[in-house]
Amino acid sequence: MNKELKILGIVAAFTLVLYWGVEPFAHSQMHKHVEGHNFVYDGTADIEEASKDKKEAKKKFWSEVKEIAKLKGDATAGEATFGMCAGCHMDGAANMGGVTPPSLEHAGAIYDKNFLIALIKDPAMATNVDHKYPNGTMTHPMGSISSMVSAPQDIANVVAYLKAKKAGEVTSKEAFKEACGRCHANRYGKLTQLGEIPKTKSNIKTGQDVDKIKYDQKVAEEQNALADYLGKLPPDLSIIYRARSEHFLETFIENPQAQLKGTAMPRTGLNEEGYEKVMEYLAQTGDPSAPARAMAGPWVLGFFFLFTILAYLWKQSQWRDLH
Amino acid sequence: MAHFEKANSLNEWLDQRIGLNTLKKVMQSEYWIPKDINFLWAMGMVLAATFGILLVSGIFLLMYYNPSTDLAFDSVNYTIMTEVGYGWLWRHIHGVGASLVFLIIYIHMFTGIYYGSYKKGRELIWISGMLLFVLFSAEAFSGYMLPWGQMSYWAGMVITNLFSGGSLHADGLVEWIRGDYVPAQAYLSRFFMLHVLLMPLAIIGAIVFHFGTLRLPHVNNQEGKEVDFEESARLWKEGKRAESEVIPFSPVFLSKDVFVMGVYFIMFFYLVFYHFEFAMDPVNFDPANGLSTPTHIYPEWYFLWSYEILRPFPTDPGLIAFAFAQVIFFTLPFLDRSPNVAPANKRGAFHIWFWAMLADMLVLTFMGKLPPQGIWSTIGLVAAITFFVLWIALPIITKLEKKL
Repeated sequence: MNKELKILGIVAAFTLVLYWGVEPFAHSQMHKHVEGHNFVYDGTADIEEASKDKKEAKKKFWSEVKEIAKLKGDATAGEATFGMCAGCHMDGAANMGGVTPPSLEHAGAIYDKNFLIALIKDPAMATNVDHKYPNGTMTHPMGSISSMVSAPQDIANVVAYLKAKKAGEVTSKEAFKEACGRCHANRYGKLTQLGEIPKTKSNIKTGQDVDKIKYDQKVAEEQNALADYLGKLPPDLSIIYRARSEHFLETFIENPQAQLKGTAMPRTGLNEEGYEKVMEYLAQTGDPSAPARAMAGPWVLGFFFLFTILAYLWKQSQWRDLH
Repeated sequence: MAHFEKANSLNEWLDQRIGLNTLKKVMQSEYWIPKDINFLWAMGMVLAATFGILLVSGIFLLMYYNPSTDLAFDSVNYTIMTEVGYGWLWRHIHGVGASLVFLIIYIHMFTGIYYGSYKKGRELIWISGMLLFVLFSAEAFSGYMLPWGQMSYWAGMVITNLFSGGSLHADGLVEWIRGDYVPAQAYLSRFFMLHVLLMPLAIIGAIVFHFGTLRLPHVNNQEGKEVDFEESARLWKEGKRAESEVIPFSPVFLSKDVFVMGVYFIMFFYLVFYHFEFAMDPVNFDPANGLSTPTHIYPEWYFLWSYEILRPFPTDPGLIAFAFAQVIFFTLPFLDRSPNVAPANKRGAFHIWFWAMLADMLVLTFMGKLPPQGIWSTIGLVAAITFFVLWIALPIITKLEKKL
């Protein structure tokens, strides 16, 4: 018995060392380590990674953002100014310059305040994709904002309005659709870049579903526009939850450039609550069996514990008089 | 036509026709197993059970898997995981089982090496076992292609490329294997066939052969002692259970096997429910894309040691080294020149050889997954060379071994 336990100990030790080597250790060596910054958007990472000629501009930009953040915003005044935003940010908005303007229905709930200020001030800088716009932010699809809302107090007012009036309860699916869904489809969640896939019916005589064909065409056109604008079609995020570690997703969402230098993906500026909502949705589509596993696991393990106890008793009865 | 009496029971009826009682004696009640064994002797039955689990879970997955390059990925990741009742369970059992079957194979192999269970009379047990290892490797590789993720595609690309033979440039052979210039529909279809038909058939055949090679030499025991099976069997039948050196396969040996299996299944299902990610590489959750090579391409952990023997050398010597590593274990019974059948700890230099080989393969495994840069490639190269040095040293140190 003692000898068997000793052998078991050796086998278990080798197995654990093996596991450590090919899993935690190998992965720690394979991926570069990126520090998270707890969804604080103050430009620290942007300034750090910026090339020499851009460092000063970024420092200046983020210090101005900091100043605006100190102003007290007036939500009522902000509502009036927001009218200018609503021209593009509305339900059923059309693709503009490659991408469809997002709904801001829950912007105050899911996005960080500092980020929203920065975004209105300079969308390319705020999303850390200024390298894509060498001719200035005016060529950014949202570039014209600087001619509409540029006074610090106006910016503070709009953000105060968003934080006050566009901050209702948001479902995880809405958070995904607003923050990610214009560029990333989620086919397991039945979402395209245009939103929920509508229910259509095929003609019973021909089997043809004309509405579906029309919808598919619209999706195809949207995807082509996105790919032309961003350089490639952003990946479907159905099971990105299984394909990347949680740490990767968190740091990538905070600052895409930190994990994928040069990417066309803009920072989305999610705050912690928004990030958690999005992750909740990604977990639902990427790992839908989690609740079922949690339910069945203890029963199956319980069965095998019982099985093992009975097997042990049987073994003892068979081996009792052997020595 | 032989003469048949009227049978009085089903047992008798079957006995007349297929010799049931003889069969039971040969396979169970008088299949003598030495008493002096430990739980490592149960690994064979644990493997058989794991294969059974893989077979059953595979049958369920097969009912929903779609072997087309357009649909394969979603049939695995969506249909099976979401729409099929308990599809996720079958998939995680299959994935975890595929990994654990290799863990147990390696334990089973190194048990055989440690106790000298491949020596005179038992060579075919070892060789048929190694044949099973190769067949399981082919089964694992072909199965890994089926979800058609990034790692399926790129591992398939890399491994099939090996058949070009380096500077031989046998590109025609590679195309013949793939059925296309790159892994595509023809490739997926044939690996699907290999995985669900040809390889399982071959494995079942090889398992029967492996069991067959064991029946006459009998299994080894902890001290490598030559057992007088006839004398021991006589004692057992006389009821002298304590005096006899043997036990019957069923029910005595089996009762311990089943207990060990129970412990194993607790671990198995713990992994299935709470820690299955280790068996499913994240990279393979990105759909196959011939236009985007993953940053790191590496095989599953059980192939890493041989992958690392390929990697540190230039192309041609690397391929030769790789080919050597694939077959060298087959020759173990002939390279070990010592007649001693004993556990390694009683065999002097061989004892060191055993642990050195085990440690070296562990180091190779670690290095096989790491990016081949800096210190990692140096360690990999040293470990690969050590592997060959150990095999060259084996006949020499065993020739010099003192007879026990």
